[in-house]
Amino acid sequence: MGMTMTQKILAEHAGLRSVKAGQLVKAHLDMTLANDITAPVSINEFERAGFSKVFDKSRIALVMDHFVPNKDIKAAQQCMQCRTFARKFDIDNFYDAGEMGIEHALLPEKGLVAPGEVIIGADSHTCTYGALGAFSTGVGSTDLAAGMATGQAWFKVPPALQFRLSGKLSKNVSGKDVILHIIGMTGVDGALYKSMEFTGDGVAELSMDDRLCISNMAIEAGGKNGIFPVDDVTREYVKNHGNREFKVFKADSDADYDKIYDIDLSSIKPTVAFPHLPENTRNVEEAGDVRIDQVVIGSCTNGRLSDMAVAAEIFRGRHIHPDVRTIIIPATQQIYKECIAKGYIDIFIDAGCVVSTPTCGPCLGGHMGILAEGERCVATTNRNFVGRMGHPDSEVYLAGPAVAASSAIAGKIAGPETI
Amino acid sequence: MNVKGKVHKYGNNVDTDVIIPARYLNTSDHKELASHCMEDIDRDFVKNVRPGDIIVGGDNFGCGSSREHAPIAIKASGVSCVIAATFARIFYRNAINIGLPILECTQASEEIQAGDEVSVDFDSGIITNLTRNETYQALPFPEFIREIIDKGGLLASIKQK
Repeated sequence: MGMTMTQKILAEHAGLRSVKAGQLVKAHLDMTLANDITAPVSINEFERAGFSKVFDKSRIALVMDHFVPNKDIKAAQQCMQCRTFARKFDIDNFYDAGEMGIEHALLPEKGLVAPGEVIIGADSHTCTYGALGAFSTGVGSTDLAAGMATGQAWFKVPPALQFRLSGKLSKNVSGKDVILHIIGMTGVDGALYKSMEFTGDGVAELSMDDRLCISNMAIEAGGKNGIFPVDDVTREYVKNHGNREFKVFKADSDADYDKIYDIDLSSIKPTVAFPHLPENTRNVEEAGDVRIDQVVIGSCTNGRLSDMAVAAEIFRGRHIHPDVRTIIIPATQQIYKECIAKGYIDIFIDAGCVVSTPTCGPCLGGHMGILAEGERCVATTNRNFVGRMGHPDSEVYLAGPAVAASSAIAGKIAGPETI
Repeated sequence: MNVKGKVHKYGNNVDTDVIIPARYLNTSDHKELASHCMEDIDRDFVKNVRPGDIIVGGDNFGCGSSREHAPIAIKASGVSCVIAATFARIFYRNAINIGLPILECTQASEEIQAGDEVSVDFDSGIITNLTRNETYQALPFPEFIREIIDKGGLLASIKQK
């Protein structure tokens, strides 16, 4: 029986000719990643276990993005702990305030991840890099500490779900709507322990930003990883971002999939996930009358240049609703600069928005836009659990940048067609 | 190894944001994290929990973020075991890695009620509801995972090799 793309990558990294779903393997790692809230726990465990060196200082990335610029004294202490560790082991890829970006936007931009690789990160959205045709998955801090020490991690080879994409995206519809639509179908545990393999003619119609967004939210369906095949879009992206050599793995034509979903991209409409689960989706035209207090456009899911461009087009020459605080967070310094060069920042500020330095900030209820009791936010982020963005009695509605920007103007959940 | 305690019962999709909200992730101190355990789903948990108590959840327990602070908070609050129908995969790995015992058993997760006195035998995987006089057989750990638990967690098992 043939192997899926994910299985092939794992087999190769485990030094095996083939692997089967359910098999336990030990794979060597191409990159390990942690941030300012997960690295401290890793560092504590690393030191407690008595490890005296890291496996490869060029294959560790520490990105200070969650509570940075330091949100309070404790956060500052955590960053200091990371900085000390990075200096001690001369970590090549340490990104601190001023240089950093949101990790899952930063690593592809800097060419630190490439097709065919195995990447683990102490952050659940590490699955993002599957967009580039890598096997990439989130782990906890102890797994990450073990990875930094040994350069290896154990995995249970996953079975797969196939998402056969066809057609092309309609106007105002982007990768975010696709993945919300998918999670609405599978549920938040529909892909539990499985890889999500995206295939079909529709793949070519998706930009790399769309693919990064889709893979980013594989975890919200419970998926181990979400992976795209390598094509010309991938090659072009890699060429422009680090231009490293890479290996391409293709699924066998007789690979086994637990379930196959056929998705016509043209049928997908702007989608919103209502509180308090990402699977609680509906088309924006069915949202009803939901007044909102805040909009966030940013995060590792939708903080990229194309997301900023969509928002800018909608805000151009307009002003946001007086009752809605709108916070825009370009995901990396480079994206921020391009927004300045293209005039987007002027548009955002003239429209009455807040523009922030890259940070995860409000996405996880950290800082830079926390919600009070009873408040509602439309966000281009990735989770809307209870208390996610602030008070336990606040609400988060997940959407793409077009719906988020339109809602900021309307003062309630709205799609671009209606404003 | 045996544990016994009172049950704290929750439903499906207990996510890591309610287990340990992000506003407390500016620390990695176990005691501090324990003091906010389950805060956004059960405000009174930290007042009511006693050493040895057991958490019982439904499907997809521990879904959401990879934050290891979640099983750390649970373990440090004195909970001896988490029983659920299914676990989200990162939480599952993290719990094993830090030595928080977890067991999967759909029937137990459905029938055990809040406040029940339950004991668990990890060697046999048998869960006993002492209050209702019922027993359940949980899925045993794969051998590989058993080894990690027996050695006291992932890093301990690596160091010993």
